[in-house]
Amino acid sequence: MMGISLQETRLSEKLTVRETLVLFASFYRHPLPVETVLEQLQLTEKTNSWVGKLSGGQRQRLAVATALVGSPKILFLDEPTTGLDPQSRRQLWDIIRQFQKSGGTVLLTTHYMDEAERLCDRLAIVDHGQIIAEGTPADLIDRLGGHHMVEFEINHSAPLDRWRSLPGVEAVRHEDGLVALTVREPHLTIPALLDAVSQQRSELLHLSTRQASLEDVFVNLTGRHLREA
Amino acid sequence: MTSTQISNRRWSGYLQLLLARLRELVREPEVIFWVFGFPILLALGLGLAFRNKPADVTSVAIVDGTQAHRILDMLQSSPQHAFRTAILSRDAALNEFRLGKYDLVIEPGSTDALEYRYDPARPESILSRALVNDALQSSAGRTDPLAAKAVVSSEPGSRYIDFLIPGLLGMNIMNAAMWGIGFAIVDMRQRKLLKRFVGTPMRRSDFLLALASSRLVLMLIEVGLLLGFGALFFHMRVQGSLAAIVLTGTIGAISFGAIGLLTASRAQKIESASGLINLVMMPMWIFSGVFFSYQRFPAVIQPFIKALPLTALNDALRATILEGAPLFAHPTRILVMLVWGVSSFLLALRLFRWS
Repeated sequence: MMGISLQETRLSEKLTVRETLVLFASFYRHPLPVETVLEQLQLTEKTNSWVGKLSGGQRQRLAVATALVGSPKILFLDEPTTGLDPQSRRQLWDIIRQFQKSGGTVLLTTHYMDEAERLCDRLAIVDHGQIIAEGTPADLIDRLGGHHMVEFEINHSAPLDRWRSLPGVEAVRHEDGLVALTVREPHLTIPALLDAVSQQRSELLHLSTRQASLEDVFVNLTGRHLREA
Repeated sequence: MTSTQISNRRWSGYLQLLLARLRELVREPEVIFWVFGFPILLALGLGLAFRNKPADVTSVAIVDGTQAHRILDMLQSSPQHAFRTAILSRDAALNEFRLGKYDLVIEPGSTDALEYRYDPARPESILSRALVNDALQSSAGRTDPLAAKAVVSSEPGSRYIDFLIPGLLGMNIMNAAMWGIGFAIVDMRQRKLLKRFVGTPMRRSDFLLALASSRLVLMLIEVGLLLGFGALFFHMRVQGSLAAIVLTGTIGAISFGAIGLLTASRAQKIESASGLINLVMMPMWIFSGVFFSYQRFPAVIQPFIKALPLTALNDALRATILEGAPLFAHPTRILVMLVWGVSSFLLALRLFRWS
């Protein structure tokens, strides 16, 4: 049995949270007790509020609740945290993890790479309706060739190829006025980079390093950012 | 998670859908007004505007002159008719006649001649001329060759309000069913709620059934309110049995519900659905004898008018409420409604989109 929560669904505003859940529960042969689901999704306080009066996060949790109340084995969530504040997102993540721990399977679509990285055991990147990469988040990041990103900015511009030849660099790209290097061993690359910069008498305006993320995988694979998608 | 397992019965889905629908309706103040308040206000307004007043007293202006007072006496002493009369100068009389204050101007000529000035475009003016002439001629000594006796007849059941209330009831059953079903479905489709419902094991027939029955519950209340209002306020006499009235209304509501379902079977947007629903209802508001009898339309189009479902419903309601006709007394009308209902429903089943 599959439970569904669609991002685009707008539940009736003039029903209370409990009435909405009782309605959805009534469609199933053996639903979960409404009280249990309300508690699980931290909606107990809002039991008797009209759906129209709920915040975005509460609405999303109710949408997930309508899917959970049928006691599904598989939960399909369509962009469950789009438009939510960080607090509400984390609340929903907790709920989804709980469901996973209790043995359920979650099928989830999202535009947020951090969400995918945290919640997914397996993920597929879809671009223009085609699956362009598939695997565990760690796998996909490995496939980048490097686990680290070195990003910097200098006051003179130089051709990208110049940085490609530095030791340990796997890939180079421009990003928001920065030069972003995908790097296997930052302790080799960074000294070489500093030398190169001082050789060409440029000044370093910005330098940072971080772990490569799924977002980098996505950008590398599609050549564009999610927000341009 | 819990050891106690809940089991739902066959009809729990239907029951909850019906409850949810009724709750939503009750919590929408506009709905309460349009469904219950508006028809009563309409009945009140029209009932008062067209109530049966005692016939207006004919008012007559007599142009001042030598014969004016003789004519005034003759009119006032008339045994059959009562007149409101005044003697005015010629200019004043004509002016006030033009303004509609007087229905007729009498201009006495020489001893035994008069001139009536009336407006054939005003019914009360024509009537006034006939009455005045009748009174003056008899007063002057005319004898009628035929002995005629007149009996006054003005009974409850034949007044405008008696005609109006069943018509309003029929129109409201149509409005409520078309909007209640059609609008509700398109609204839920636009909100992707239909799509979400279909993603559960909900029985689709239960959904439609619940929508239809929520309207029937409202219809019951409405029939009671409108008839009760008519009986209390206008002393309307309800001849038919309540069961026959409710059954007729139910058949009408189901028929219009099916038409509503058909109009809403594809529309994605509220706006396009509204247009469509109005388009379907408009001809019936005009032709189906809600506010006035459809007999006034040319004979050629009468068969078309009678084939409209609202005409059938209004005729059936009037026959039941005003004449106490039992349900089987008008099989054609019932059949017209059923044919519309069943064919719309079958077509809707083929066209309907849940998403």
